[in-house]
Amino acid sequence: MLLFILKRLAQSFLVMAVVSAISFSLFNFVGDPVNNMVGQDATREQRVEIREKLGLNDPILTQYARFVGNALQGDFGLSYRIRRPVDDLIMERLPATIELVFVSAIIALVFGIGLGVYTGIKRNSWISRAVLSISLVGVSLPTFIIGISLIYLFAVILRWLPSSGRGGTVDLGWWTTSLLTVDGWRSILLPAITLSLFQMTLILRLVRAEMLEVMRTDYIKFARARGLSDRSIHFVHALRNTLVPVITVIGLNIGALIAFSVITETVFQWPGTGLMFIQAVNFVDVPIMAAYLVFVALLFVFINLIVDILYFVVDPRIRLGG
Amino acid sequence: MNFKGRMATALSVSILGLTAPIAADAQNVLRWTSQGDALTLDPMSQNEGPTNAMNGTIYESLVSRNPSLELVPELAESWEPGPDGWTFKLREGVKFHDGADFTAEDVVFSFERAMAESSDFKEQAKNVASVEVIDDHTVKLVTDGPNPILANQLTSIMMVDKGWAEANDIVTPQNYAADEETYAVRNANGTGPFMVESRAPEELTVLVANPDWWGKDEFPGNLDRIEYRPISNAATRVAALLSGEVDFVLDPPLQDLERLRAADGLKVETVAQIRSIFFGMDQGIDTLRSSNLEENPFKDQKVREAFNLAIDREAIKRVAMEGLSFPTAMITPPGVMGNTPELDEPYGYDVERAKSLMEEAGYADGFSVQLDCPNDRYINDEAICQAAVSMLARIGVDVQLDAIPKAQHFPKIQNRTSDFYMLGWGVPTLDSHYVFSYLLAKDGSWNATGYDNERVNEITQLITTETDLEKRAALIDEAWQIVREEMPYLPLHHQVIAWAMSEDFDIPIAADDALRPRYVVKK
Repeated sequence: MLLFILKRLAQSFLVMAVVSAISFSLFNFVGDPVNNMVGQDATREQRVEIREKLGLNDPILTQYARFVGNALQGDFGLSYRIRRPVDDLIMERLPATIELVFVSAIIALVFGIGLGVYTGIKRNSWISRAVLSISLVGVSLPTFIIGISLIYLFAVILRWLPSSGRGGTVDLGWWTTSLLTVDGWRSILLPAITLSLFQMTLILRLVRAEMLEVMRTDYIKFARARGLSDRSIHFVHALRNTLVPVITVIGLNIGALIAFSVITETVFQWPGTGLMFIQAVNFVDVPIMAAYLVFVALLFVFINLIVDILYFVVDPRIRLGG
Repeated sequence: MNFKGRMATALSVSILGLTAPIAADAQNVLRWTSQGDALTLDPMSQNEGPTNAMNGTIYESLVSRNPSLELVPELAESWEPGPDGWTFKLREGVKFHDGADFTAEDVVFSFERAMAESSDFKEQAKNVASVEVIDDHTVKLVTDGPNPILANQLTSIMMVDKGWAEANDIVTPQNYAADEETYAVRNANGTGPFMVESRAPEELTVLVANPDWWGKDEFPGNLDRIEYRPISNAATRVAALLSGEVDFVLDPPLQDLERLRAADGLKVETVAQIRSIFFGMDQGIDTLRSSNLEENPFKDQKVREAFNLAIDREAIKRVAMEGLSFPTAMITPPGVMGNTPELDEPYGYDVERAKSLMEEAGYADGFSVQLDCPNDRYINDEAICQAAVSMLARIGVDVQLDAIPKAQHFPKIQNRTSDFYMLGWGVPTLDSHYVFSYLLAKDGSWNATGYDNERVNEITQLITTETDLEKRAALIDEAWQIVREEMPYLPLHHQVIAWAMSEDFDIPIAADDALRPRYVVKK
């Protein structure tokens, strides 16, 4: 097991290096940050001078080497746009994103697995049919539209929930949370639902398909013949065997949740890392973009590692084979 | 304190914090939003609209503008132009938010700070060669020779307390290449009507009224508290206003205005903005970069005229601008010294005449050229360019549109690599000199047209020192006549800005798109 993890870690480092190099080379095509950094009054000489000072005239490889060198020492530089240290900015924004992703992952899991099992067992009930039809909306509508529609329904027409922002935060010193106040929950609900919808549908359909498959197998029939309770058959014997593909998908999709959170955060003005990234792209704030991409790559690598370890726990065959 | 204890304190503090807004209900609170937050609270670090507007609420300049954009005294009570500089009488009894007195020393310091290498206001500040202290409340801003419009150039140079800046090590604005955040990025100490209570960049900035502000009895504003939360998505901004979560949206999208007007308790105000939108044509280069021709057709005035006649500005107004624009023949709007109704009269729309001009110029079969256009900078910029492409097709010109983000578009103009481009220009000084020196003079840093008219270049110089205002106006008019004749640009329209707000507020709209809270009245 330890060897397995070490191997995975070594691969991860390679992935990180490649990802950061590729993303860094892309920054050349995003545009010129200097134009956004100075007013229209600035002369051409001033612009040239700033480019020179920031090292933007150096070859992209030199810039990359400098970035990696500094990053290894924990120094991600200063945001071009708001002139504050990038690591501070990311650490300030991270709690918002993590809480949003956490809440929407819970929603996706609970409703996805619950409804998946239900529709898998009671295939022909009208509730199952309704759930499946509605879930099509979740996969087919873009996050942006779902978000705006929810805002108009719950904030503008019904006025039950706030349209944007992260209200009622509590500062714990090392973490600001919105999960401890009613206001905080009110403001996280809409973005979390928006973000979870796609994943929820995916999990629902996957669990349902797996359930249908498993319910047909001999050992379930045998379990029935033994006179086990339905409950025990469905949740202990059947569900457990559907979990390996589900865990893979969920693992990868937690990464996707963070990636999709860019759009959700923009629609709801949720002050997380995704919103920060979009603003950085518009401004060509290279230090933030670079740090964010490295961070996301790290996250994906980490999640995949956890998923691999979970396989060990859930599926004894992998344990034996390894 | 152990962890539990810390958490309990944090919780109790936050519960106290939660009760605060309830108490604030009794006060006059303005909650507002717009797309982008101020980038920094350092008043000399970023010369950018939203940043200047926010800092202009906390800090003050010697001379300022009211919502009608007339010059008004701010920290200077009066001023007197002279041949080698202007004398300013400073307002007495003014205090910074931390209690320090505002004196002539602070003026000297602030100008030095604005002239620093890392300042983004160097270009404005360089109009002042040095500052002489005459007494505690009188300064002379020394200029190199006479400067008739010095007061216009000072409205964005804010006054900073010398002692405070020295104590916090922010004698100069933050450097681009610096690796540390300076104190001034998130802390402010001005003389203005509002003080920073809390600031979470991109989330929420809370300003509270300065109880000791000098202008309390002189201005109509009655706000006690301002809560600003930027919302980057336009539809979400509109939703926040419709749901009553904010009282004022600075930049509602044009297509939502009808709906906002119709909503209960909301109103929309519009005004012609100090920003004109136009196309530039590179007539300086010998061969166009993106054309099928070996020569440069833009060198021929007939071609430039044909382009100007082929554009149906009324159609652009109707189709791309929801009716909100002022078609024009000038690249600077009313409100700027030099704009006159005669000069501003659009060239007219005449495809037949345009075609025959093309024929006379020898381009009856037209030619191809690329139009560079931003897609995230001006109101409906890409739609305008698309409309122009189809209009120019009618005179045989095959235009390829390249609509890209501003961060990629503006370097093309800066580096002179565009044949045909869209640009918009605002004029903070409200004087034509600003337009001439950047857009029309041969060496203007934003003049990518290669336009080089000797008389226009000369007038650009002359009006910097001509103190006889009538003569000066005549010179400006002469230059604009030449430009109208020679058409180095293809002017489209002046932008219109719209503000949407709750009917409970009187918020005087200003053509420079800056909120001036000292004039805001809650009914």
